[in-house]
Amino acid sequence: MTTNDFHHRDDTNSAPQSRFPVRELSLLVVLAIAVSAVFMVMGSAYSTRMLVEASCYAILALGLTIQWGYAGQFNAGVMGFVALGGFCAMTFSVPVNPAFWDSSLPGELARVLAYVVAGIALVFGLSRLTRLGLPSWLRTVITLVVGMVVYMVVISEFREVTDAIESQMGFVGGLGLPVWVGWIVGGALAGGVGYFIGHVCLGLRSDYLAIATLGIAEIIKAFLKNSDWLTRGTATVSPLPWPVPAPGEVGFTLARAMYLSVTAVMILAIFFLLNRAYNAPWGRMIRAIRDNEVSSAAMGKDINRRRLEIFVLGCVLMGIGGAALGSFNSIFDPNGYLPLNHTFLVLVMVILGGPGNNLGTLFGAVAVYIIWIMSEPLALYVMELAAHFGQASFGWEVPSSLESRALQARVFVIGLLITIVLRVAPKGLLPEKVKHHD
Amino acid sequence: MPLLDARQVHGGYGGMNILNGVDMTIEADEIGVIVGPNGAGKSTMLKAIFGQLNVTQGDILLRGEPIHNLPTNRLVELGMGFVPQEHNVFPSLTVKENLEMGAFLKPGNIKRMLAKAYEFFPPLYDKRHQPAGELSGGQRQMVAMGRALMAEPELLLLDEPTAGLSPKYMYEIFDRVKEVNAAGVGILMVEQNAKQALAIADKGFVLAAGQNRFTDSGQALLADPDVAKSFLGG
Amino acid sequence: MNEFVFFINNVLIAGSVTGSIYAIGAVGVTLVFSIMRFAHFAHADMMTFGAFMVLLLATLFPNAGAALGVPTAIVMLPLAMVLTAALAVGIDKAFYKPLRAHGVKPIVMVIGSLGVTLMLQGLIRLFSGTGGQSLYVDDRKEIFRLALPIEGVRVPVVITEPQIYLFVLTLVAVIGLQLFLSRTRLGKAMRAMSDNPDLARASGINTNTIVAVTWVIAGGLAAIAGTLLSMDVTFKPDLSFHLLLPIFAAAIVGGVGHPFGAIAGGFVVGFAETLAVFNWNVLLRPFRDSLPEWLELPNNLAFVGTEYKIVVPFFILVAILVWRPTGIFKGKVI
Repeated sequence: MTTNDFHHRDDTNSAPQSRFPVRELSLLVVLAIAVSAVFMVMGSAYSTRMLVEASCYAILALGLTIQWGYAGQFNAGVMGFVALGGFCAMTFSVPVNPAFWDSSLPGELARVLAYVVAGIALVFGLSRLTRLGLPSWLRTVITLVVGMVVYMVVISEFREVTDAIESQMGFVGGLGLPVWVGWIVGGALAGGVGYFIGHVCLGLRSDYLAIATLGIAEIIKAFLKNSDWLTRGTATVSPLPWPVPAPGEVGFTLARAMYLSVTAVMILAIFFLLNRAYNAPWGRMIRAIRDNEVSSAAMGKDINRRRLEIFVLGCVLMGIGGAALGSFNSIFDPNGYLPLNHTFLVLVMVILGGPGNNLGTLFGAVAVYIIWIMSEPLALYVMELAAHFGQASFGWEVPSSLESRALQARVFVIGLLITIVLRVAPKGLLPEKVKHHD
Repeated sequence: MPLLDARQVHGGYGGMNILNGVDMTIEADEIGVIVGPNGAGKSTMLKAIFGQLNVTQGDILLRGEPIHNLPTNRLVELGMGFVPQEHNVFPSLTVKENLEMGAFLKPGNIKRMLAKAYEFFPPLYDKRHQPAGELSGGQRQMVAMGRALMAEPELLLLDEPTAGLSPKYMYEIFDRVKEVNAAGVGILMVEQNAKQALAIADKGFVLAAGQNRFTDSGQALLADPDVAKSFLGG
Repeated sequence: MNEFVFFINNVLIAGSVTGSIYAIGAVGVTLVFSIMRFAHFAHADMMTFGAFMVLLLATLFPNAGAALGVPTAIVMLPLAMVLTAALAVGIDKAFYKPLRAHGVKPIVMVIGSLGVTLMLQGLIRLFSGTGGQSLYVDDRKEIFRLALPIEGVRVPVVITEPQIYLFVLTLVAVIGLQLFLSRTRLGKAMRAMSDNPDLARASGINTNTIVAVTWVIAGGLAAIAGTLLSMDVTFKPDLSFHLLLPIFAAAIVGGVGHPFGAIAGGFVVGFAETLAVFNWNVLLRPFRDSLPEWLELPNNLAFVGTEYKIVVPFFILVAILVWRPTGIFKGKVI
């Protein structure tokens, strides 16, 4: 299998590297036509919104393409990292809630946090009891029991404080800092969570990473949804400030175009840095590990460390992209984070565009997003047509939930797309170009 | 008609040729032994015969029927058994279950063949309810051979059956091979312990660089000073 | 004593119910894992599909159960199992087999199974709508209240009809699986293939048959688990994402490729969940008067709120991956 693969690669590379990029250009032309068609039909305000969202998704897709395409790590929980980014964008940028800061509750919260730190220190200390000559089973029992009691005490205190916050002032409010602070912290937080998951899973079978990321995404969502004191939960927070003048000041199209220029600059920067890293020794090492673990291990490369680096880097990008997306939507709604929209859509962008090929991923992101956005009115239209036909010809009674059901058809289409691409074009529309002997 | 007739076999992995024209003929009652230096293509030849390798040129005939590139379970049906060098037992299955798997295509024969297998390899009877993964190397080799014999093959392919075994076990395995052959099964095996293996061989094939270097009876090869000098370590 | 009955109802019975569902699901996952070597993410949606088939059939023939004196859903279960098994085999033929033939890495199969998950979810929601529906279409769910013959106990032990069916069917499935794997020719061949696929092929075992048998078993078990879960609560098309994590956690806890480990793992995860959301204050209440003054117990002594239930299987998963990635039993390293 590996040898086969190797030879296959050789064949594709026998074509000269400097050939005229026909495929890239023709795909670009198709994309440009599609974008201008949307501009003509839906108007410029709608279309710029679509482009901004597509550009945010492109950042997410770049994050996934380095995990999946560069390193062969499959992250099934993009949604969680996106939500973390959105949360940070919200918390850091929305105005301060003076009622909360003037009350005694911040002090209470700080007290609970101090308890947490003290509790962790205590449990950690107990787990070292073997150094005092305690048998390890006794150490384990003591640590577990004390850990449980400490946890109970801390969590009860914590519940009391958060309940008080919720009943007295809704939620803690934001920090009122510039938008970009939240974006950076969002990336850092997503990277931190990625570090934890990667640390646990990356030495094991690749499936385990997929399972664990799927789980952490649901947990992050559950946390953001139920921590009303921090996020207002399902009550949602809006509006979120923008890094550029808001639509109210300069009009929808211009404001969105300015937002687009911000995300475009970010993409350019990420793109440039990734391309450099890809061709640097670091990138070659990552790909060597992906393509042949055994031989790179034999060469003495610290595989798990490199894998962790790439995984964390991908998660950071997802956090930043999620933060940009959250700010743009101008509303923080934990229920709005769905595996379909924020994990699988990104996955389709990457595998369709070309995993490991940054340009292909960008193309995939924009193209798939256009199809995705346009499929909503299209699905409704097709459903209506079918309903009309059904009513007219055999008196079919149309279910009232037609609209929500029509949208389910899109779930099916995304699933079908994934399976078809894997089978027909496993390397995507713009395959990764692996250079040998350079 | 020979039991196995391989003519000018070429093949390898992923476009890289390891076999560059190997000839091999075994009669129904013979033991054939393949020896040669590392990388000569000995195990590869065995795999080519057992359909686990893409044969690009040449013919492999079993009783005159062409068999190359047939699916594995078809080859088993046609009367071929194969014992790989490594991973040749099902570790979590008991010895008895391992043997039963050998007769998967002939479930009617299980009782009779089980009795026969225990007769060939008496140590297995006592361990029949033990997982095969817990056995010693020599006993595992017996389970592997027993499993292959359960399908009543006409031709048994053995890939280095004595690799890693102590001399005591090595001779024991060679004795079994002779007995199995005496019961009417043609044998083709690859061996590192070349001298001892050629001593029981009706036919010996010395391979080098994917081609036959010497082909003769086992005794004649042992007596040949050229063979001794270059391949049997003096 | 009332508190103790409360404990029985909310931990013993509830834990056994969740544990049984997870166990049956995890067995399917672990079998697929051991034969095809990939984590099958569409398994939870096969469960939903099975339950949906029961719902359809029960809606079509609402009176079938009354004639036999059992719930209609139970009468329809065997048929739904056959349909789900057929679906599983069909999905394999259409989507997984071509990928296997290309010799792709297991992780690509995982992505493929995610695609299948979405397709199943889309189809089920398209036809059933997104709301919840009861599998008791025309009959009523029986609820048994067993009063304990002890002085002063007012609270009865509560157990429902589908829960009893669940326990019985779990037991039947476990025993049936044990007999199949240890006594039958195909069952042994399945274990052989899980041990060493190349050697299985060299023994003349037709691996395509084994793969099909695996899907039939996994599909049938998925239909049982999905149906009984939906009978116990309600049928919801978005059941699956909440089931995936606990089921995988159970399979990994038991040691991947280890069917009986998966059953044990299912109960471990199920009981851990119910114990974690149980409010321990209830059990301490009778002793409140004898507690010292300074120790004032808060009203909520649950480890995690119900809304954070999903944290429990995740925590177990992380713990087992850190300390013992091969599972609590001597699992195979696949």
